[in-house]
Amino acid sequence: MMQMLEGSHAVAEAVKMSRPQVVSAYPITPQTHIVEALAEMVANCELDAEYITVENELSALSACVGASAAGSRTYSATTSQGLALMFEVCFNAAGMRLPIIMSIANRAMGAPLSIWNDMQDSISLRDAGWLQFYAEDNQEATDLHYLAYKVAEDHSVQLPAFVCFDGFILSHTYEPVDMLTQEDVDRYLPKFTPYERLDAADPISFGMYATPEYYLEFRYEMDAALKHARDVIHKAGKEFGTMFGRDYSALVEGYRLDDAETAIVAMGSICGTVKDAIDEMRADGKKVGLLKIRVFRPFPSEEITKMLSHVQHVAVLDKNISLGAKGATGLEVRDALYGTKIPVRNFVLGLGGRDVRKKNIREIVALTETGQGDLFYGLRREVL
Amino acid sequence: MAEKCELFEPGHRACGGCGAALAARLVTKAAGTNTIVVSSTGCMEVFSTPYPETAWKVPWIHSLFENAAAVASGIEASLKKQGRTEKVVIMAGDGATFDIGMISISGAFERGHDFTYVCYDNEAYMNTGIQRSGATPYDASTTTSPAGKCSFGNKRPKKDMPQILAAHGAPYVATASIAYPTDLMQKIEKAINTKGPCYIQLHAPCCTGWGFEGDQTIAIAKLAIETGLWVNYEMVDGTVTKVKKVVRKPVEEYLKTQKRFRHLFKPKRQDAEIAFIQAIADKNAEKYGIDIKLKKE
Repeated sequence: MMQMLEGSHAVAEAVKMSRPQVVSAYPITPQTHIVEALAEMVANCELDAEYITVENELSALSACVGASAAGSRTYSATTSQGLALMFEVCFNAAGMRLPIIMSIANRAMGAPLSIWNDMQDSISLRDAGWLQFYAEDNQEATDLHYLAYKVAEDHSVQLPAFVCFDGFILSHTYEPVDMLTQEDVDRYLPKFTPYERLDAADPISFGMYATPEYYLEFRYEMDAALKHARDVIHKAGKEFGTMFGRDYSALVEGYRLDDAETAIVAMGSICGTVKDAIDEMRADGKKVGLLKIRVFRPFPSEEITKMLSHVQHVAVLDKNISLGAKGATGLEVRDALYGTKIPVRNFVLGLGGRDVRKKNIREIVALTETGQGDLFYGLRREVL
Repeated sequence: MAEKCELFEPGHRACGGCGAALAARLVTKAAGTNTIVVSSTGCMEVFSTPYPETAWKVPWIHSLFENAAAVASGIEASLKKQGRTEKVVIMAGDGATFDIGMISISGAFERGHDFTYVCYDNEAYMNTGIQRSGATPYDASTTTSPAGKCSFGNKRPKKDMPQILAAHGAPYVATASIAYPTDLMQKIEKAINTKGPCYIQLHAPCCTGWGFEGDQTIAIAKLAIETGLWVNYEMVDGTVTKVKKVVRKPVEEYLKTQKRFRHLFKPKRQDAEIAFIQAIADKNAEKYGIDIKLKKE
């Protein structure tokens, strides 16, 4: 049913309908509306979950580790500084193969402190072993939670997942969202059946240490599971499409890309602006298209290579920067296109909530087509 | 209690005479099979679970150094939601408890989760090579509080964790020692059967870190009690209800047994320092009323 909802509230509804048994979270802007909404649902017996109001984010995710290991479907949400405080637990939860789902209302990292949007927080955890989904709009932000649970809990994956959506731009924006019913979700998302759990009737040890004789194999298996998750996403995304009409089987999506000469690669809400800019440029006769990355981990290299094989120019937009190097997506797209002659230009932009508009996208395309790029776009030179 | 089986298996990698290994055995024996154990990073975690071997015959989990209380919170919440009956017991060292895990412990105790937190207190970071913690006693020489030309070792007395957790409203707080296994096991049983977050601080001497022979562990743990440097007591709802009384011995009888205090006696006897430590024991004795008054001969 189509409803006019704030992004955070739509996400909270989706989480509720996913029936987590333990929710553990700590408030941080701009994630707060999600955890407030969930607390209200628990208080009104609309959500039958234990809600643990922890004392910081490190404990928020740690409690999810315990609850997940004990056999419960778990949920948390955070952003930015909160995610940074969870750094150690993120690696731990993935290493213990616990399918925790966590919403990330993407926000910049301090210092300087910024509550506004970019993707530095979740991108900085790209090596932690979590699946990473990125939503373009609130419809995706909502649906990707069901998909994330389904994929993460699959016994051939068993890894945690971030569902990322831009802070404020999506989290605090009202959009029409087609909400599933509880019946729909129950049909799509089966009950959580852990592969193994802490159980007095069948004691096992979780989180042992590994000597050099074993550690490498643990990491290999995690990597293999994360790569295999592509197939599981494909299947689960297709099933979602068959049941509800929105197909999430692809890790990337093209927009007017088939005959494009210049391709823009982007993630998150900026894709909406890019699509509008492309429509305008197309009206002017320019052959521009978009490659939207919806799943950043596992990274869809093969899809990117295939879908960009015909283009002459690639502009990769990054709302993050590996300082001293380049934007993360830029680096990985360049890796995917290694061996081709297609030039890849990287544009670091929108950091700390700096607005990116259609005219900026047009300018980026012009720069790319004249061989420029690998720069911070939109710098205010007068304050440097 | 005695009929209970062994749930911490031999064959683990602890040093001969390890107080913590004995603690693990006694605590699990008292807790029984319907228990889930949460460990923090530390000696006990390392010597008991080198993959693919484990010494634990109860379900066991280790996540990180500082988060055992939070992990236990999640387990307890999950069990509650599933209607399961297992009891949650944390076993963490003093570094994990007094220092790095303090925030997560405070949060978990304030929230009132139903678990038993056992701190096996060997008074320093033993796993990383004997560095001082907030539980290291006054003047103990460790690798980060070494005695030297202008230092007598650790400059601060132990942090009073039991009082801190009693102040959180913990319904049951106790101290115990591996030298008194029956008392220890009774306290574990009591904590497990008390609803809410309970705390037991368990004196567990470390032969490697303190510098004594492995066959002296129990004797040294006993001396800590007999000198008043360790007091065994129980607190119910913040009030001390039971104290182990002793005929006190001078503290130097305890100090002399361990290399970590050797600098107080060699190359020359440091009377002022020994007197300061004696004053700590005297204060303990007065605070908890541990002295058995002998009739005048």
